Amino acid sequence: MKIDRIIPAVIAASSILLFGCPPKESGGGGAASGEIVIGHLASMTGGQATFGQQTDQGIRLALEEINAAGGVKGRMIRIITEDTQSKQEEAATAVSKLISRDNVTAILGEIASSNSLAAGPIAQQNKIPMVSPGSTNPAVTEKGDYIFRICFIDPYQGEALAKYVANDMKLTRAAILRDVKSDYSMGLADFFKNTFTQLGGTIVADSSYAGGDSDFKSQLTTIKSQKPELIFVPGYYTEIGQIAVQARDLGITVPLVGGDGWESPKLIEIGGKALEGCFYSNHYHVDDPSPAVHQFVASYEKKYGAKPDAMAALGYDSMKFLAAAMERAANLEGPTLRDEIAKTADFQGVTGTITLGPDRNPLNKKLVVLEIKDGNLVLRATVDPAAGAALAVTESAPATGTETTTAK
Amino acid sequence: MDSFLQNLINGIGIGSIYALIALGYTMVYGILKLINFAHSDVFMVGAFMGYYGARIFSKLMYGSSVVEPGWTLFLLVLAFSVACCGVLGYLNERIAYRPLRNAPRIASLITAIGLSFLFEYGGQMVFGPDPKFFPQLLEKKQIEFFGTSITSHLVIVLVVALVFMGILQYIVYGTKFGRAMRAVSHNYETASLMGIPTDRVISITFVIGSMLAAVGGVLYGLSYSKIDPLMGIMLGLKAFVAAVLGGIGNVPGAVIGGLVIGIVESFAGASALSTYKDAIAFVILILILLFRPSGIFGKHQAEKV
Amino acid sequence: MRNWLVRDVLGITVISAILIGLSYLLGWLPIPGMAYYNRVIVTIGINIILAVSLNIINGHAGQFSMGHAGFMAVGAYTSAYLTYFHFQPFLATMKEGPAQFAMQQVLFLAALLAGGGIAALAGWLVGLPSLRLRGDYLAIVTLGFGEIIRVLILNIDKIGGARGLAGVPAFANFFWVYLFVCIVVIVSWRLIRSQVGRAFLAVREDEIAAEAMGVNTTHYKVQAFVIGSFFAGIAGGLLGHYLVYLNPGMFQFTKSFEAIVMVVLGGMGSISGAVLAAVILSVALEALRFVKEAFGLTADPRMVIYAIVLILLMRLRPQGVLGNREIGSFFRRRNGRSE
Repeated sequence: MKIDRIIPAVIAASSILLFGCPPKESGGGGAASGEIVIGHLASMTGGQATFGQQTDQGIRLALEEINAAGGVKGRMIRIITEDTQSKQEEAATAVSKLISRDNVTAILGEIASSNSLAAGPIAQQNKIPMVSPGSTNPAVTEKGDYIFRICFIDPYQGEALAKYVANDMKLTRAAILRDVKSDYSMGLADFFKNTFTQLGGTIVADSSYAGGDSDFKSQLTTIKSQKPELIFVPGYYTEIGQIAVQARDLGITVPLVGGDGWESPKLIEIGGKALEGCFYSNHYHVDDPSPAVHQFVASYEKKYGAKPDAMAALGYDSMKFLAAAMERAANLEGPTLRDEIAKTADFQGVTGTITLGPDRNPLNKKLVVLEIKDGNLVLRATVDPAAGAALAVTESAPATGTETTTAK
Repeated sequence: MDSFLQNLINGIGIGSIYALIALGYTMVYGILKLINFAHSDVFMVGAFMGYYGARIFSKLMYGSSVVEPGWTLFLLVLAFSVACCGVLGYLNERIAYRPLRNAPRIASLITAIGLSFLFEYGGQMVFGPDPKFFPQLLEKKQIEFFGTSITSHLVIVLVVALVFMGILQYIVYGTKFGRAMRAVSHNYETASLMGIPTDRVISITFVIGSMLAAVGGVLYGLSYSKIDPLMGIMLGLKAFVAAVLGGIGNVPGAVIGGLVIGIVESFAGASALSTYKDAIAFVILILILLFRPSGIFGKHQAEKV
Repeated sequence: MRNWLVRDVLGITVISAILIGLSYLLGWLPIPGMAYYNRVIVTIGINIILAVSLNIINGHAGQFSMGHAGFMAVGAYTSAYLTYFHFQPFLATMKEGPAQFAMQQVLFLAALLAGGGIAALAGWLVGLPSLRLRGDYLAIVTLGFGEIIRVLILNIDKIGGARGLAGVPAFANFFWVYLFVCIVVIVSWRLIRSQVGRAFLAVREDEIAAEAMGVNTTHYKVQAFVIGSFFAGIAGGLLGHYLVYLNPGMFQFTKSFEAIVMVVLGGMGSISGAVLAAVILSVALEALRFVKEAFGLTADPRMVIYAIVLILLMRLRPQGVLGNREIGSFFRRRNGRSE
């Protein structure tokens, strides 16, 4: 093939795709009829694809239910999922496409805080509300008053865990193993460290790994020599299973403790017996008998053939949360919708009751501590700041402290 | 002292995986002067073939896809994965690289990057992006040894890796084919003039390299129990660094390079430098190359006009 | 003052005026989705700067660098550090108005140049080992430097570490990006026609022969690194101030690969080829977004298609789209034939 035929062909084909496809006529933005278009910004490929795809599944399940129930204001909702490839530049371009070309009414996403930080300013500038299901870095919602989140933030979770470990379990020696590549892990580790030391605990070792690593034995060897009573590993489930297995291989018996990044059916599959006695904080408990959770888990399993993880649940909630605000709003113009979202109070989601505070973060969101026992998740404690005390342990496990074999 | 020994053993464990991948890099480089970036993704495919192979063979042998640990199963799975990757390696060479034999070297490099993207993103589509649990093909036992803890898997990884390195060493230096390989690596054109079927030699080199990657993949799955489509990126990069460190194109060099990187990383990870762990391999590489520009065992070739 | 310098400075002034006009036009065009297209256009511009600057090192001087993302990161973080911690607070003390606007532009330019300067310094440091290393050894060392830089940034808490640096002021825009696109193309063009450029080519074609002819190969290799990384630093600075966010993860070695792919696909050593390839690849990657929509797929196949296209293009055109020639030569040849 001659080059002077290839180039025009490639350029022509690309431009037809890019400029030729007219955006579908939709009632996005402020229009009063037609379908409502919502953009979902997610890492569908690349390093964080597993999180993005789970969130998307949760969102689409919620979408089905909403549309089956007649949609919002009698109008159907359509989701456009745009891939961010787990890259910040792509997140910015993708959000810009959703807003200016697809005229979306609102945006759901991103899971990763770094991508939300890149996309947020653009949503803010265009006055399109953006609801992040899972960005826990406090800076995300500080970027502007159009940016919301429905998950708890790093300081909240880190403090709650530190208090639980220090006050309720009476442990004083903790080691930290953090993911240096992940802002989520770094943030959570820092806040845990601060609170834990304030409460009189000692951090005996503070090691790190890089997300995607597979060998953690050297860090664990150092940690073992410091004889901690627990190891705080605020990473994602993708690494936790391996860390637990390797820790047990090295003869470490103390529990590993983590945050909501652990939540996934894959966690126990990979970690297996090594995770016995370990616990983590989460938004909800998959086996929670409450009807909302039960129904969500059942329909998710029916649709996708697997149990949902935290991302799926947060995605599901974010869609329902947004739909509720849209239903309440007088119209779907950005500013009106924004005000309505900001007013959200006592929204009953799968992951807890959401009331937004003045900084657009959920206030006093319930947090559960789950323990892995005999290959199952057992509710160990419920932390409900709304109940008054900073930490109310409603169902504290009697086994508190049983795993602290090296305590001296 | 205990943790010194423990770190050393940890390092040898990961180092032997690096070494197995590095062998594939070094062989292809030696013969084609091509950095085959897709090699680490063949390693990933090898691990996934082990994952699916374990299910298939369990189904055939025991009638259920729940994997029962056992040596027969392990060897079957290993053979299956090795065979699949051998075919994949052959196809890679035949379809992607051979047409570029006379093209500039850089074109093959870009093709390698393209293949690498294809396997990574294709893997995310076919296998799914979520990590998979690699079934326990062999029972794991703990061995206490001078106050350190060793798993039986580590020993198996070491033994299997050594066996395959030995086989490779024999092929390269002890067989007629190996002589042909070395001849092609030394001078492609002269070798073809001497009647060596260069294309076939190159194909077989790719096949052997890919088979070693498959062995690495299965052993990795066995000892680290988690696999995902992007697992080859960082491991492959480190393995490549190991190959360069040892002197690229040199078989024992790749093994030593892999072990050096593994051990140094292990000690770095255990120290206060653990946040810099990813950079350590490169720092070592740069330091060594500054003093030995062709790697530890690489022969310095005088350039001719 | 040399004649060509005066001409280039004049040229850049004219170009600036045109760019300002164009940026108003682009902002005004009433096309649905224009904001998105604008973003794509600016991204293309940044990619062009990357590709053309890498082409100086890889294409012209023949030194195979795989660490371009590292230099980019140095430039991005240096300039963002200056604007975020120093210039923005200073600007905030000024009264709003034309004076503040002008000051902002001047300071932004200064920050970009500083970023480029520090990146050039890094390039010099990396260029030094190339005294001893050749070919693929050099490639892997530059790759290593890139990764080391990324890990270092990950460990500096002042500039955000793993959290990234959020709130970089939004100073970059179409005008600044394309101004530097023009500058890098002109510099590259002038360079290759200068004595320095000829020395680059001599080093690329045959290092030993060049040495024998009295070319100080070491000097020129390092010089290529310094110039290339300067512009990579500028590209990084522009990216940071356009995205208003920086994260070490943005500068992984895959980013360097992207730049290499552009240079090779365009044709090593061809400036117009690098520009063309940057445009084609960036547009193609965006256009592939619509494949999923058009076919209603759930999984996103665009990266797989991208990879296949890359392999096929290399197979059909191993020497790159333009080979090592410039785009003009194709038209000239064709005219010649028709006569």
